Amino acid sequence: MSESSLKSRPSHHPKRGDIYFAAFFLLASLLLLSQIGTETSWVKGTKFFAQPRFWPAVSLIGMTVFASLYFFRSVLSKRAGNEVKEIVLWLKSLEYTVWFMAYVVIVPILGYLISTLVFVYALSLRTGYRERIILLMSGVSAVAIVVIFKGFLSVKIPGGQLYEIFPSVIRNFMILYL
Amino acid sequence: MELLLSSIELLVRWDVILALLVGSIGGVIIGAIPGVGPAVAIAILLPATFAMEPIVGLTMLLGIYGSSMYGGAIPAILMNTPGTAVNALTTYDGHPIAAKGNPQRALSLAYSASFFGGIFSIICLMFLSQLLAVVAPHFGSREIFLAALLGIVLVVLAHRGQVLAAGMLACLGIFINTVGLEPVRYTRRFTFDQTWLASGIDLIVVVLGLFALSQAFLLLVQDDERPKPVEVGGGLFDGLKEVLGFKRVATVSSSFGVMMGMIPGVGEFTAQFFSYTYAQRTSKEPQKFGKGAPEGLIASEAANNAVPGAAMIPLLALGIPGEALTAMMLSVFYVHNVIPGPQLFANQMDFVLALYFALFILNVIVLLFLVFSTRGLLHVVRIPTRFLGIIILTLGFVGVYSLRNSMTDCAIAAGFGIFGLILKRLNLPVVPIVLGMVLGGIMEIKLRSAMARVKTPLDFVDRPIAAIIFGLIVLIIALHIRTYIKSRKQSEK
Repeated sequence: MSESSLKSRPSHHPKRGDIYFAAFFLLASLLLLSQIGTETSWVKGTKFFAQPRFWPAVSLIGMTVFASLYFFRSVLSKRAGNEVKEIVLWLKSLEYTVWFMAYVVIVPILGYLISTLVFVYALSLRTGYRERIILLMSGVSAVAIVVIFKGFLSVKIPGGQLYEIFPSVIRNFMILYL
Repeated sequence: MELLLSSIELLVRWDVILALLVGSIGGVIIGAIPGVGPAVAIAILLPATFAMEPIVGLTMLLGIYGSSMYGGAIPAILMNTPGTAVNALTTYDGHPIAAKGNPQRALSLAYSASFFGGIFSIICLMFLSQLLAVVAPHFGSREIFLAALLGIVLVVLAHRGQVLAAGMLACLGIFINTVGLEPVRYTRRFTFDQTWLASGIDLIVVVLGLFALSQAFLLLVQDDERPKPVEVGGGLFDGLKEVLGFKRVATVSSSFGVMMGMIPGVGEFTAQFFSYTYAQRTSKEPQKFGKGAPEGLIASEAANNAVPGAAMIPLLALGIPGEALTAMMLSVFYVHNVIPGPQLFANQMDFVLALYFALFILNVIVLLFLVFSTRGLLHVVRIPTRFLGIIILTLGFVGVYSLRNSMTDCAIAAGFGIFGLILKRLNLPVVPIVLGMVLGGIMEIKLRSAMARVKTPLDFVDRPIAAIIFGLIVLIIALHIRTYIKSRKQSEK
């Protein structure tokens, strides 16, 4: 099922940044295809269709052919304009990738509950929320996520190093449920 | 009778009932929030369901899948913003009806048509199950390979106007699946001497990145939006009677939903498109479509709600997912060593029937829930979008990290998150990547085992089912090329 709506399909006219994406995809496909000899092996005495190289080759050739046609169509189409603005928006997402990875790093240190509270509050402030109701929602949501997933659904998230400072009864509870 | 009792026994357990309630009500709420959608929710919950029994985990995911479209109709009708992508057509007639001062009529019609579509598809499934149990065992390696290939062809060609992009993304999915150790000889493929790549790239990590993290990044980088409150008064039961007044549209639309749901790679969008076009062409007042025609709303909602049940057919009978959500569900089967396919129908028919009953019950739960709680749900719809992004990012972490507590997985998912954001901004489809990964893996294994017994290319299609599927692939590609040439000629004129 396509995610795009009926109103926005079909999109013959490229959107902003389309040509950069097409060029990047084509370049990546060509680069990967050039590595097929060293990154896959050809096993003697094995049928053609059963070769370890067969499916990577099929997919990379497919990627390159489709990406070439897509790129040429993008080049020939009328540009949408203000492409730099779009690229900047893509790059903006890198900031939130850093936030996400920072969260990943602090969970094994501070523990799931504290890390989640810190992460949600800090990100709420970063995104400009100052209203009491949103900050309250941030706290409630953070606690609810931890309780539901770790306490109720028992997902595998290890206890934090910080938990070592607590007495054994509390520590065990926190490792298991928070 | 014994089969029936055995399947009911599977469902009458507190954990299954709880999963069904959580899944169906949770699905409605998730569907009602624009910018979340069932794919994000299922991706996040997937690792959590691995610890559950297959029937419990699948019931919960099925609940979300089957009920999210009900919820998605609320913002589509009241705010002209579809809650899920498949409610896009609902805005065409649902919103104008609401704008004329009848929001409760539009909602009631949408709920009733959705219920009709949902129940219709389950009834079809129950009848089709007998047929499937007979046909499915005739699917050998080559038939399953060809069915998977048909799925890839359809998912590419179904993206009209985006075929090239869908093609390259489907091939990317097939390529990603090949990274790591090759399944038979255990030689390395595209690992670049990196140990973290030797085990390959996990489907769930990719799915979480492409669906959940990308959506979170998208909501965070865009301007904050706070939907305005809308009042809904009056009764929500009246639509049932009105839908029955348009029985023909509701039945044909549901049939389109069932047919399109069964075909891998096609799904809700095409079903809705056909239903809507049919309803408009056969209506006494076609000029009202897009301006508040009840038939338009019924066609859209009945068709999209008939799909989830039907989409389970290729998944259960052949082990071939038709779209991203069933592809995710497939991993729940594999984790529990329940292999969907012909053997499932032959040996665990009670399990299959239990899933159908679960679908039936969830439709009833959702309808009752919506009739009594729509006013409460309007608060959920109003959550600011950036805050929603923060919550999705936090939930995305649980999904990825709980898989194997790996920071590498999180980094890969974040990478796919950025890639998904770019695709969404460019209005390019994400689903071909996921289907490419899943169907690529199936094709690799099945082609290898099929070719062991094939001496000439003609042997590959010498069995009736294989020949039919192969003929379909050729026909679909030929029809697509013909349509393309025709439209080029028309545009040149």
